[in-house]
Amino acid sequence: MARLAQQERTPLSVRTTEGSGWAARAVLTTTVLVATSALAADVIDPNALKRLVHQDCGSCHGLSLKGGLGPDLRSDTLQHYNPEILTGVILDGIPDTAMPPWRPLISEEEAEWIARYLLQPEAQ
Amino acid sequence: MKQLILGLAATLMMTMAPIESKAEPTATGDLGLVIERASGSVLLVDQSERAALARIEGLGDLSHASLVYSPDQRFAYVFGRDGGLTKVDIVTRQIVNRVVQAGNAIGGAISDDGQLVAVSNYEPGGVRVFDADTLEMVADIPTGSKTIGLVDAPGRRFVFTMWDTGETWIADFTDNTPQITKIRDMGKNPYDALITANGRTYITGLFGEDGLTALDLWSHTPEPIRVLPDYGRGQQEMPVYKMPHLEGWALTGREFVLPAVGHPQVLWIDADTLSETGRTQTHGQPVFAMARPDGRQVWVNFAHPLNDTIQVIDSVSKEIIHEFKPGPAVLHMEFTPRGHEVWISVRDAGKVMIYDTQTFEKLREIEADSPSGIFFTARAHRTGL
Repeated sequence: MARLAQQERTPLSVRTTEGSGWAARAVLTTTVLVATSALAADVIDPNALKRLVHQDCGSCHGLSLKGGLGPDLRSDTLQHYNPEILTGVILDGIPDTAMPPWRPLISEEEAEWIARYLLQPEAQ
Repeated sequence: MKQLILGLAATLMMTMAPIESKAEPTATGDLGLVIERASGSVLLVDQSERAALARIEGLGDLSHASLVYSPDQRFAYVFGRDGGLTKVDIVTRQIVNRVVQAGNAIGGAISDDGQLVAVSNYEPGGVRVFDADTLEMVADIPTGSKTIGLVDAPGRRFVFTMWDTGETWIADFTDNTPQITKIRDMGKNPYDALITANGRTYITGLFGEDGLTALDLWSHTPEPIRVLPDYGRGQQEMPVYKMPHLEGWALTGREFVLPAVGHPQVLWIDADTLSETGRTQTHGQPVFAMARPDGRQVWVNFAHPLNDTIQVIDSVSKEIIHEFKPGPAVLHMEFTPRGHEVWISVRDAGKVMIYDTQTFEKLREIEADSPSGIFFTARAHRTGL
Protein backbone atom coordinates (compact mmCIF):
# COMPACT_ATOMS: atom_id res chain seq x y z
CA MET A 1 0.00 0.00 0.00
CA ALA A 2 2.73 2.46 0.95
CA ARG A 3 4.75 1.43 -2.10
CA LEU A 4 1.78 1.97 -4.39
CA ALA A 5 1.17 5.37 -2.89
CA GLN A 6 4.75 6.31 -3.67
CA GLN A 7 4.35 5.30 -7.30
CA GLU A 8 1.22 7.34 -7.48
CA ARG A 9 2.94 10.46 -6.24
CA THR A 10 5.64 10.53 -8.90
CA PRO A 11 3.60 11.43 -11.98
CA LEU A 12 1.72 13.98 -9.95
CA SER A 13 4.79 15.96 -9.01
CA VAL A 14 5.93 15.95 -12.62
CA ARG A 15 2.58 17.30 -13.56
CA THR A 16 2.77 20.14 -11.12
CA THR A 17 5.99 21.47 -12.59
CA GLU A 18 5.20 20.93 -16.24
CA GLY A 19 1.55 21.57 -16.07
CA SER A 20 1.46 24.59 -18.39
CA GLY A 21 1.16 22.75 -21.70
CA TRP A 22 -2.35 21.57 -22.41
CA ALA A 23 -1.24 18.50 -24.33
CA ALA A 24 1.29 17.48 -21.70
CA ARG A 25 -1.36 17.97 -19.11
CA ALA A 26 -3.86 15.80 -20.93
CA VAL A 27 -1.35 13.00 -21.38
CA LEU A 28 -0.29 13.14 -17.77
CA THR A 29 -3.87 13.28 -16.60
CA THR A 30 -4.52 10.13 -18.53
CA THR A 31 -1.48 8.54 -16.93
CA VAL A 32 -2.69 9.44 -13.50
CA LEU A 33 -6.19 8.25 -14.24
CA VAL A 34 -4.85 4.92 -15.46
CA ALA A 35 -2.69 4.66 -12.38
CA THR A 36 -5.67 5.49 -10.20
CA SER A 37 -7.94 2.98 -11.84
CA ALA A 38 -5.23 0.35 -11.54
CA LEU A 39 -5.35 0.96 -7.81
CA ALA A 40 -9.07 1.20 -7.75
CA ALA A 41 -9.82 -2.43 -7.11
CA ASP A 42 -7.96 -2.35 -3.81
CA VAL A 43 -8.16 1.23 -2.68
CA ILE A 44 -10.84 3.46 -4.12
CA ASP A 45 -14.50 2.90 -3.43
CA PRO A 46 -16.24 5.57 -5.53
CA ASN A 47 -19.61 5.10 -3.90
CA ALA A 48 -18.15 5.46 -0.43
CA LEU A 49 -16.24 8.56 -1.49
CA LYS A 50 -19.28 10.12 -3.16
CA ARG A 51 -21.18 9.51 0.05
CA LEU A 52 -18.35 11.11 2.03
CA VAL A 53 -18.39 14.18 -0.23
CA HIS A 54 -22.11 14.77 -0.11
CA GLN A 55 -22.85 13.67 3.44
CA ASP A 56 -19.74 14.63 5.38
CA CYS A 57 -18.14 17.44 3.36
CA GLY A 58 -21.79 18.37 2.88
CA SER A 59 -22.26 19.09 6.56
CA CYS A 60 -20.41 22.37 5.94
CA HIS A 61 -20.57 22.72 2.14
CA GLY A 62 -24.17 21.54 1.67
CA LEU A 63 -25.51 18.20 0.47
CA SER A 64 -25.60 19.56 -3.08
CA LEU A 65 -22.26 21.37 -2.52
CA LYS A 66 -23.86 24.79 -2.91
CA GLY A 67 -22.12 26.01 0.21
CA GLY A 68 -23.05 26.60 3.82
CA LEU A 69 -20.65 27.53 6.57
CA GLY A 70 -18.02 26.48 4.04
CA PRO A 71 -17.86 27.80 0.47
CA ASP A 72 -19.61 26.64 -2.69
CA LEU A 73 -17.84 23.56 -4.11
CA ARG A 74 -19.73 23.17 -7.36
CA SER A 75 -17.58 22.41 -10.37
CA ASP A 76 -18.26 25.78 -12.03
CA THR A 77 -16.95 27.56 -8.95
CA LEU A 78 -13.88 25.35 -8.68
CA GLN A 79 -12.90 25.34 -12.37
CA HIS A 80 -9.91 27.66 -11.90
CA TYR A 81 -8.28 25.31 -9.37
CA ASN A 82 -6.21 22.41 -10.54
CA PRO A 83 -6.70 19.04 -8.90
CA GLU A 84 -3.37 19.17 -7.03
CA ILE A 85 -4.35 22.34 -5.21
CA LEU A 86 -7.70 20.86 -4.25
CA THR A 87 -6.05 17.62 -3.16
CA GLY A 88 -3.69 19.61 -0.93
CA VAL A 89 -6.58 21.54 0.63
CA ILE A 90 -8.48 18.33 1.30
CA LEU A 91 -5.47 16.62 2.87
CA ASP A 92 -4.07 19.53 4.87
CA GLY A 93 -7.00 21.88 5.41
CA ILE A 94 -6.75 25.66 5.46
CA PRO A 95 -5.19 27.16 8.60
CA ASP A 96 -7.30 29.66 10.55
CA THR A 97 -10.48 28.49 8.90
CA ALA A 98 -12.97 25.75 9.70
CA MET A 99 -11.56 23.53 6.91
CA PRO A 100 -9.89 20.62 8.71
CA PRO A 101 -7.10 18.41 7.37
CA TRP A 102 -8.62 15.13 6.19
CA ARG A 103 -5.24 13.39 6.06
CA PRO A 104 -5.94 11.49 9.30
CA LEU A 105 -9.08 9.99 7.78
CA ILE A 106 -8.44 9.42 4.07
CA SER A 107 -5.54 8.41 1.84
CA GLU A 108 -3.84 10.65 -0.71
CA GLU A 109 -5.41 8.58 -3.49
CA GLU A 110 -8.84 9.15 -2.03
CA ALA A 111 -8.21 12.90 -1.73
CA GLU A 112 -7.11 12.99 -5.38
CA TRP A 113 -10.21 11.09 -6.42
CA ILE A 114 -12.38 13.60 -4.52
CA ALA A 115 -10.56 16.58 -6.08
CA ARG A 116 -11.21 15.24 -9.58
CA TYR A 117 -14.76 14.32 -8.72
CA LEU A 118 -15.46 17.86 -7.52
CA LEU A 119 -14.25 19.25 -10.85
CA GLN A 120 -16.74 17.15 -12.78
CA PRO A 121 -20.24 18.53 -13.34
CA GLU A 122 -21.52 15.13 -12.25
CA ALA A 123 -20.63 15.97 -8.66
CA GLN A 124 -23.82 18.00 -8.29
CA MET B 1 -86.11 12.28 -8.98
CA LYS B 2 -82.48 11.88 -9.75
CA GLN B 3 -81.93 15.49 -8.85
CA LEU B 4 -83.74 15.00 -5.60
CA ILE B 5 -81.54 12.05 -4.69
CA LEU B 6 -78.42 14.03 -5.49
CA GLY B 7 -79.75 16.89 -3.45
CA LEU B 8 -80.44 14.58 -0.55
CA ALA B 9 -77.02 13.04 -0.82
CA ALA B 10 -75.43 16.48 -0.78
CA THR B 11 -77.43 17.44 2.28
CA LEU B 12 -76.47 14.22 4.01
CA MET B 13 -72.82 14.77 3.21
CA MET B 14 -72.98 18.30 4.52
CA THR B 15 -74.51 17.17 7.76
CA MET B 16 -72.29 14.12 8.04
CA ALA B 17 -69.01 15.92 7.57
CA PRO B 18 -68.87 17.82 10.86
CA ILE B 19 -70.13 14.80 12.79
CA GLU B 20 -67.46 12.64 11.26
CA SER B 21 -64.73 15.13 12.06
CA LYS B 22 -65.96 15.32 15.64
CA ALA B 23 -65.95 11.56 15.86
CA GLU B 24 -62.34 11.29 14.76
CA PRO B 25 -60.38 14.36 15.70
CA THR B 26 -56.67 14.36 15.03
CA ALA B 27 -54.77 14.87 18.26
CA THR B 28 -51.28 16.14 17.49
CA GLY B 29 -49.75 16.15 20.97
CA ASP B 30 -47.82 12.93 20.48
CA LEU B 31 -46.92 13.40 16.82
CA GLY B 32 -43.66 14.45 15.30
CA LEU B 33 -41.84 14.99 12.03
CA VAL B 34 -38.63 13.40 10.82
CA ILE B 35 -36.57 15.23 8.20
CA GLU B 36 -35.70 13.02 5.25
CA ARG B 37 -32.71 14.97 4.10
CA ALA B 38 -31.96 13.43 0.73
CA SER B 39 -35.48 13.34 -0.66
CA GLY B 40 -36.83 16.69 0.52
CA SER B 41 -39.64 15.11 2.48
CA VAL B 42 -40.77 14.85 6.08
CA LEU B 43 -42.17 11.75 7.73
CA LEU B 44 -45.09 12.22 10.10
CA VAL B 45 -44.64 9.90 13.08
CA ASP B 46 -46.72 8.91 16.06
CA GLN B 47 -44.88 8.54 19.35
CA SER B 48 -47.48 6.40 21.11
CA GLU B 49 -47.92 4.05 18.16
CA ARG B 50 -44.19 4.09 17.42
CA ALA B 51 -45.13 4.30 13.75
CA ALA B 52 -44.88 6.42 10.63
CA LEU B 53 -48.23 7.83 9.54
CA ALA B 54 -47.49 9.67 6.32
CA ARG B 55 -44.80 11.13 4.12
CA ILE B 56 -45.14 14.75 3.01
CA GLU B 57 -43.02 15.62 -0.03
CA GLY B 58 -41.86 18.69 -1.92
CA LEU B 59 -39.89 20.62 0.70
CA GLY B 60 -36.74 21.24 -1.36
CA ASP B 61 -33.16 20.78 -0.12
CA LEU B 62 -33.36 19.56 3.47
CA SER B 63 -29.69 18.75 3.89
CA HIS B 64 -29.41 20.86 7.02
CA ALA B 65 -33.02 21.29 7.99
CA SER B 66 -34.87 22.00 11.19
CA LEU B 67 -38.38 23.02 12.13
CA VAL B 68 -40.53 24.67 14.76
CA TYR B 69 -44.20 24.20 15.65
CA SER B 70 -47.13 26.56 15.98
CA PRO B 71 -48.49 26.89 19.54
CA ASP B 72 -51.53 24.72 18.63
CA GLN B 73 -49.17 21.95 17.45
CA ARG B 74 -50.90 21.82 14.10
CA PHE B 75 -48.41 23.54 11.81
CA ALA B 76 -44.71 22.94 11.35
CA TYR B 77 -42.44 25.55 9.81
CA VAL B 78 -39.60 23.73 8.09
CA PHE B 79 -36.35 25.56 7.39
CA GLY B 80 -34.43 24.10 4.44
CA ARG B 81 -30.84 24.65 3.43
CA ASP B 82 -31.97 26.12 0.10
CA GLY B 83 -33.71 29.00 1.88
CA GLY B 84 -37.11 27.34 1.64
CA LEU B 85 -39.58 28.04 4.43
CA THR B 86 -42.38 25.50 4.23
CA LYS B 87 -45.53 25.47 6.35
CA VAL B 88 -46.82 21.94 6.83
CA ASP B 89 -50.25 21.10 8.23
CA ILE B 90 -49.81 17.86 10.14
CA VAL B 91 -53.57 17.40 10.55
CA THR B 92 -54.31 17.40 6.82
CA ARG B 93 -50.81 16.07 6.11
CA GLN B 94 -49.98 18.55 3.39
CA ILE B 95 -47.94 21.61 2.58
CA VAL B 96 -50.10 24.70 3.01
CA ASN B 97 -47.57 27.36 2.06
CA ARG B 98 -43.99 27.60 0.93
CA VAL B 99 -41.64 30.49 0.15
CA VAL B 100 -37.99 30.48 -0.86
CA GLN B 101 -36.82 33.39 1.22
CA ALA B 102 -33.04 33.32 0.72
CA GLY B 103 -30.31 31.45 -1.12
CA ASN B 104 -28.79 29.56 1.77
CA ALA B 105 -30.40 29.21 5.19
CA ILE B 106 -29.37 27.56 8.43
CA GLY B 107 -32.24 27.58 10.91
CA GLY B 108 -35.24 29.29 12.38
CA ALA B 109 -37.38 30.11 15.36
CA ILE B 110 -40.94 31.05 16.24
CA SER B 111 -41.87 33.93 18.56
CA ASP B 112 -43.32 33.20 22.00
CA ASP B 113 -46.77 34.32 20.82
CA GLY B 114 -46.57 32.11 17.74
CA GLN B 115 -47.16 35.01 15.35
CA LEU B 116 -43.70 35.46 13.86
CA VAL B 117 -41.37 32.96 12.23
CA ALA B 118 -37.73 34.00 11.81
CA VAL B 119 -35.10 32.41 9.57
CA SER B 120 -31.33 32.87 9.79
CA ASN B 121 -29.44 32.92 6.53
CA TYR B 122 -25.91 32.43 5.32
CA GLU B 123 -26.67 34.04 1.97
CA PRO B 124 -27.67 36.83 2.05
CA GLY B 125 -26.39 36.98 5.63
CA GLY B 126 -29.05 38.00 8.11
CA VAL B 127 -32.46 37.20 9.53
CA ARG B 128 -35.81 37.48 7.85
CA VAL B 129 -39.04 37.44 9.80
CA PHE B 130 -42.38 36.24 8.47
CA ASP B 131 -46.01 36.35 9.46
CA ALA B 132 -46.75 32.83 10.74
CA ASP B 133 -50.19 32.80 9.10
CA THR B 134 -49.36 34.03 5.62
CA LEU B 135 -45.55 33.67 5.39
CA GLU B 136 -45.40 37.28 4.21
CA MET B 137 -42.14 38.94 5.18
CA VAL B 138 -42.57 41.45 7.98
CA ALA B 139 -38.91 42.33 8.61
CA ASP B 140 -35.58 41.94 6.86
CA ILE B 141 -32.53 42.29 9.11
CA PRO B 142 -29.29 42.12 7.12
CA THR B 143 -26.26 41.45 9.31
CA GLY B 144 -23.43 41.41 6.78
CA SER B 145 -22.41 37.97 8.04
CA LYS B 146 -23.38 34.36 8.00
CA THR B 147 -25.93 34.27 10.79
CA ILE B 148 -26.24 31.37 13.24
CA GLY B 149 -27.69 30.49 16.62
CA LEU B 150 -31.13 32.03 16.04
CA VAL B 151 -33.50 31.44 18.96
CA ASP B 152 -36.72 32.88 20.32
CA ALA B 153 -36.65 34.67 23.65
CA PRO B 154 -39.53 35.74 25.88
CA GLY B 155 -41.09 39.11 25.05
CA ARG B 156 -41.48 38.59 21.29
CA ARG B 157 -37.73 38.67 20.81
CA PHE B 158 -35.27 36.82 18.62
CA VAL B 159 -31.57 36.45 19.41
CA PHE B 160 -28.94 35.54 16.81
CA THR B 161 -25.21 35.66 16.27
CA MET B 162 -22.79 36.38 13.45
CA TRP B 163 -20.12 33.88 12.41
CA ASP B 164 -18.01 36.50 10.61
CA THR B 165 -18.29 39.50 12.93
CA GLY B 166 -18.73 37.88 16.34
CA GLU B 167 -21.73 39.99 17.32
CA THR B 168 -25.00 38.91 18.90
CA TRP B 169 -28.13 40.91 18.13
CA ILE B 170 -31.40 40.93 20.03
CA ALA B 171 -34.38 41.89 17.88
CA ASP B 172 -37.36 42.96 19.96
CA PHE B 173 -40.68 42.78 18.08
CA THR B 174 -42.87 44.18 20.87
CA ASP B 175 -43.80 46.87 18.36
CA ASN B 176 -43.97 45.90 14.75
CA THR B 177 -40.73 47.69 13.92
CA PRO B 178 -37.99 45.64 15.55
CA GLN B 179 -35.71 47.31 18.08
CA ILE B 180 -32.22 45.89 17.66
CA THR B 181 -29.71 45.65 20.50
CA LYS B 182 -26.20 44.79 19.32
CA ILE B 183 -23.69 43.08 21.57
CA ARG B 184 -20.14 43.16 20.24
CA ASP B 185 -17.10 41.05 21.18
CA MET B 186 -18.90 37.77 21.65
CA GLY B 187 -15.78 36.05 20.30
CA LYS B 188 -14.24 34.80 17.08
CA ASN B 189 -16.37 32.64 14.79
CA PRO B 190 -19.34 31.66 16.92
CA TYR B 191 -20.73 28.48 15.32
CA ASP B 192 -24.02 27.88 17.12
CA ALA B 193 -25.94 28.98 20.20
CA LEU B 194 -28.66 27.92 22.58
CA ILE B 195 -31.06 29.57 24.96
CA THR B 196 -32.01 27.91 28.22
CA ALA B 197 -35.60 26.79 28.66
CA ASN B 198 -36.34 29.66 31.05
CA GLY B 199 -35.24 32.12 28.38
CA ARG B 200 -32.58 33.71 30.55
CA THR B 201 -29.18 32.50 29.36
CA TYR B 202 -27.96 32.55 25.76
CA ILE B 203 -24.75 30.63 25.18
CA THR B 204 -22.76 30.67 21.96
CA GLY B 205 -19.95 28.24 21.19
CA LEU B 206 -16.78 29.62 19.59
CA PHE B 207 -14.83 27.97 16.82
CA GLY B 208 -12.15 30.64 16.33
CA GLU B 209 -11.02 30.93 19.92
CA ASP B 210 -11.19 29.11 23.23
CA GLY B 211 -14.39 28.76 25.20
CA LEU B 212 -17.95 29.96 24.95
CA THR B 213 -19.70 33.26 25.55
CA ALA B 214 -22.90 33.70 27.54
CA LEU B 215 -25.41 36.53 27.82
CA ASP B 216 -27.81 37.14 30.69
CA LEU B 217 -30.97 38.17 28.87
CA TRP B 218 -32.56 39.26 32.13
CA SER B 219 -30.04 42.09 32.23
CA HIS B 220 -31.08 45.44 30.72
CA THR B 221 -27.71 45.71 29.02
CA PRO B 222 -26.43 42.16 28.48
CA GLU B 223 -22.63 41.93 28.44
CA PRO B 224 -20.58 39.05 27.04
CA ILE B 225 -19.62 36.63 29.81
CA ARG B 226 -16.63 34.46 28.95
CA VAL B 227 -17.09 30.80 29.80
CA LEU B 228 -14.09 28.45 29.93
CA PRO B 229 -11.78 31.06 28.34
CA ASP B 230 -8.82 28.71 28.57
CA TYR B 231 -10.60 25.84 26.99
CA GLY B 232 -11.15 25.11 23.35
CA ARG B 233 -9.17 23.88 20.48
CA GLY B 234 -6.08 25.08 22.36
CA GLN B 235 -2.48 25.52 21.26
CA GLN B 236 -2.56 22.54 18.97
CA GLU B 237 -5.62 23.16 16.88
CA MET B 238 -7.78 20.10 16.68
CA PRO B 239 -9.41 19.41 13.33
CA VAL B 240 -13.19 19.51 13.53
CA TYR B 241 -14.98 17.26 11.06
CA LYS B 242 -18.44 18.39 12.00
CA MET B 243 -19.43 21.47 13.94
CA PRO B 244 -21.14 20.53 17.19
CA HIS B 245 -24.72 21.60 17.70
CA LEU B 246 -25.96 23.50 20.70
CA GLU B 247 -29.59 22.82 21.53
CA GLY B 248 -31.78 23.82 24.42
CA TRP B 249 -31.55 20.36 26.04
CA ALA B 250 -28.57 21.35 28.10
CA LEU B 251 -29.64 21.56 31.72
CA THR B 252 -28.97 18.63 34.03
CA GLY B 253 -29.98 19.62 37.53
CA ARG B 254 -27.70 22.53 38.40
CA GLU B 255 -25.33 22.18 35.45
CA PHE B 256 -25.24 22.72 31.73
CA VAL B 257 -23.71 20.02 29.59
CA LEU B 258 -22.14 21.11 26.31
CA PRO B 259 -20.18 19.41 23.54
CA ALA B 260 -16.51 20.44 23.30
CA VAL B 261 -15.12 21.65 19.96
CA GLY B 262 -12.45 19.39 18.51
CA HIS B 263 -11.84 17.50 21.75
CA PRO B 264 -13.49 14.16 22.49
CA GLN B 265 -15.17 15.54 25.60
CA VAL B 266 -18.34 17.01 26.95
CA LEU B 267 -18.08 19.94 29.35
CA TRP B 268 -20.04 20.55 32.53
CA ILE B 269 -20.71 24.11 33.64
CA ASP B 270 -22.41 25.38 36.78
CA ALA B 271 -25.63 27.01 35.64
CA ASP B 272 -25.41 29.85 38.20
CA THR B 273 -21.74 30.77 38.11
CA LEU B 274 -20.93 29.55 34.57
CA SER B 275 -17.71 28.03 35.90
CA GLU B 276 -16.48 24.60 34.87
CA THR B 277 -17.49 21.70 37.09
CA GLY B 278 -16.08 18.80 35.09
CA ARG B 279 -15.28 17.11 31.81
CA THR B 280 -16.21 13.67 30.56
CA GLN B 281 -13.98 11.96 28.01
CA THR B 282 -16.03 10.60 25.15
CA HIS B 283 -15.66 8.17 22.27
CA GLY B 284 -15.16 10.92 19.68
CA GLN B 285 -15.87 14.56 18.92
CA PRO B 286 -19.41 15.13 20.16
CA VAL B 287 -22.03 16.61 17.84
CA PHE B 288 -25.07 16.63 20.13
CA ALA B 289 -24.90 16.28 23.91
CA MET B 290 -28.55 16.14 24.85
CA ALA B 291 -29.93 15.94 28.33
CA ARG B 292 -32.95 13.72 28.81
CA PRO B 293 -35.85 16.02 29.78
CA ASP B 294 -35.44 15.12 33.47
CA GLY B 295 -31.72 15.89 33.23
CA ARG B 296 -30.60 12.57 34.69
CA GLN B 297 -28.89 11.26 31.54
CA VAL B 298 -26.99 12.86 28.70
CA TRP B 299 -26.93 11.15 25.33
CA VAL B 300 -24.05 11.97 23.00
CA ASN B 301 -23.46 11.27 19.32
CA PHE B 302 -20.27 11.86 17.39
CA ALA B 303 -18.68 13.32 14.28
CA HIS B 304 -17.53 11.33 11.29
CA PRO B 305 -15.95 8.75 11.28
CA LEU B 306 -17.16 7.69 14.74
CA ASN B 307 -20.78 8.54 13.99
CA ASP B 308 -22.11 5.02 14.42
CA THR B 309 -21.95 5.22 18.22
CA ILE B 310 -23.91 6.69 21.11
CA GLN B 311 -22.74 7.09 24.66
CA VAL B 312 -24.98 7.73 27.63
CA ILE B 313 -23.59 9.70 30.57
CA ASP B 314 -25.01 9.72 34.09
CA SER B 315 -25.31 13.38 35.02
CA VAL B 316 -24.66 12.77 38.72
CA SER B 317 -21.44 10.75 38.44
CA LYS B 318 -20.55 12.27 35.01
CA GLU B 319 -19.51 8.78 33.97
CA ILE B 320 -20.43 6.86 30.86
CA ILE B 321 -22.97 4.24 31.81
CA HIS B 322 -23.85 2.84 28.41
CA GLU B 323 -22.40 2.69 24.93
CA PHE B 324 -23.86 1.14 21.80
CA LYS B 325 -23.78 1.31 18.03
CA PRO B 326 -27.21 1.92 16.54
CA GLY B 327 -25.76 1.90 13.02
CA PRO B 328 -24.00 4.01 10.40
CA ALA B 329 -24.36 7.80 10.67
CA VAL B 330 -26.34 8.58 13.79
CA LEU B 331 -27.44 12.15 13.11
CA HIS B 332 -29.97 13.17 15.73
CA MET B 333 -31.83 12.15 18.86
CA GLU B 334 -35.17 13.28 20.25
CA PHE B 335 -36.59 12.32 23.62
CA THR B 336 -40.26 11.83 24.25
CA PRO B 337 -41.41 14.81 26.34
CA ARG B 338 -41.03 12.95 29.64
CA GLY B 339 -37.93 11.11 28.53
CA HIS B 340 -39.03 7.48 28.73
CA GLU B 341 -37.98 6.86 25.12
CA VAL B 342 -35.47 8.30 22.71
CA TRP B 343 -35.84 8.28 18.95
CA ILE B 344 -32.59 8.14 17.01
CA SER B 345 -32.10 8.79 13.30
CA VAL B 346 -29.57 6.46 11.70
CA ARG B 347 -29.09 7.99 8.28
CA ASP B 348 -27.22 5.30 6.41
CA ALA B 349 -29.35 2.50 7.82
CA GLY B 350 -32.42 4.36 6.56
CA LYS B 351 -34.09 3.94 9.94
CA VAL B 352 -35.33 5.75 12.98
CA MET B 353 -34.64 3.56 16.00
CA ILE B 354 -36.57 3.82 19.24
CA TYR B 355 -34.99 2.94 22.57
CA ASP B 356 -36.18 2.69 26.14
CA THR B 357 -34.01 5.12 28.13
CA GLN B 358 -34.17 3.05 31.33
CA THR B 359 -33.34 -0.39 29.98
CA PHE B 360 -31.61 0.76 26.73
CA GLU B 361 -33.62 -1.90 24.95
CA LYS B 362 -34.49 -1.24 21.32
CA LEU B 363 -38.26 -1.05 21.01
CA ARG B 364 -38.89 -0.47 17.32
CA GLU B 365 -37.39 0.56 14.02
CA ILE B 366 -39.17 2.80 11.54
CA GLU B 367 -38.12 2.98 7.90
CA ALA B 368 -37.13 6.47 6.79
CA ASP B 369 -35.21 7.83 3.81
CA SER B 370 -31.86 9.27 5.05
CA PRO B 371 -33.42 10.54 8.29
CA SER B 372 -31.83 13.47 10.10
CA GLY B 373 -33.63 15.77 12.55
CA ILE B 374 -36.51 14.39 14.63
CA PHE B 375 -38.94 16.92 16.09
CA PHE B 376 -41.83 16.08 18.39
CA THR B 377 -44.70 18.55 18.66
CA ALA B 378 -44.06 19.01 22.39
CA ARG B 379 -41.35 21.44 21.28
CA ALA B 380 -44.17 23.89 20.54
CA HIS B 381 -44.35 24.68 24.22
CA ARG B 382 -40.67 25.16 24.94
CA THR B 383 -38.65 28.32 24.62
CA GLY B 384 -35.66 27.97 22.31
CA LEU B 385 -36.84 24.89 20.42
